[in-house]
Amino acid sequence: MSGRVLVGVKRVIDYAVKIRVKPDNSGVVTDGVKHSMNPFCEIAVEEAVKLKEKKLIKEVVAVSCGPQQSQETIRTALAMGADRGIHVEVSGKDYEALGPLQVSKILAALAKKEEAQLVILGKQAIDDDCNQTGQMTAALLDWPQGTFASEVSLEGDKVKVVREIDGGLETIKINTPAVLTADLRLNTPRYATLPNIMKAKKKKVVNMKPADLGVDVATRLEVLRVDEPPQRQAGVKVETVEDLVGKLKETGRI
Amino acid sequence: MANSLKGEVIRLYKNLLYLGRDYPQGFVYFRGRLKAAFMKNKDVTDPDKIKKLVARGDFVIKELEALYFLRKYRAMKKRYYEPEK
Repeated sequence: MSGRVLVGVKRVIDYAVKIRVKPDNSGVVTDGVKHSMNPFCEIAVEEAVKLKEKKLIKEVVAVSCGPQQSQETIRTALAMGADRGIHVEVSGKDYEALGPLQVSKILAALAKKEEAQLVILGKQAIDDDCNQTGQMTAALLDWPQGTFASEVSLEGDKVKVVREIDGGLETIKINTPAVLTADLRLNTPRYATLPNIMKAKKKKVVNMKPADLGVDVATRLEVLRVDEPPQRQAGVKVETVEDLVGKLKETGRI
Repeated sequence: MANSLKGEVIRLYKNLLYLGRDYPQGFVYFRGRLKAAFMKNKDVTDPDKIKKLVARGDFVIKELEALYFLRKYRAMKKRYYEPEK
């Protein structure tokens, strides 16, 4: 029982930004676009900090994989109350190919190295919508998993997790160490205020490379093309019922 | 103006300015309004009155945080969850 919680935070394009696809269909435009912490990761951080405030755990460690700018995301997590940060630097081509499998390998290696009691992640990121990292991390560690958590309570060396499933809730009890992924209704994340961001600058962030953890970030996936969702067709106004029936017949609706 | 209160007012202004970066109608819009609101009270010298105004500013900070949270929560709910019947 180390009382240490590892929280994964991802830097994504801000939820309020209109996403644009690159003209060559190779990806989305990220240059000069506002980025922030993935909303589901915020919920994960908040849950870990809440557990610490209840004195159920001792330390919250925020981890992010990505380029230099990911440090800002770690700072936000530190401002929300995490104790220290780990920045696994992945940049350039490797970052473009970084997917759930690579990240879960890094997280699994870190969880072992830090002897974490819990790994809390967001259920999915709002950029790639993969919803795989938590599950893969649990599988690689061979730990139990509590996914889509809407309520978490520590009971000794066990965790009770209320999960959001289709049409209701499921309550499970799993052993620690375990991997949890946060759903939307788990809690209300606090805002990283300016004074707290300033204080967070004093907290420690360790920088490392995937190779330091013995993780190979080679990908087996190839992105063929990225397209915008189809645009909604404009409607037409009809004058009479006959016109309406005619139009509907034309399009084969009736 | 008492010096201790001057620091308080500047702290409030900085915190609000930082929050304004996430304002839905944009930072420039927010900064204009914020400055106007502070300039409106620039001639206030009574310490009690200044304290009241600062308290009001702190209340606005809470309101803004709540606004941002709700906006994000609603966006996530709309994108990822079925509408409730």
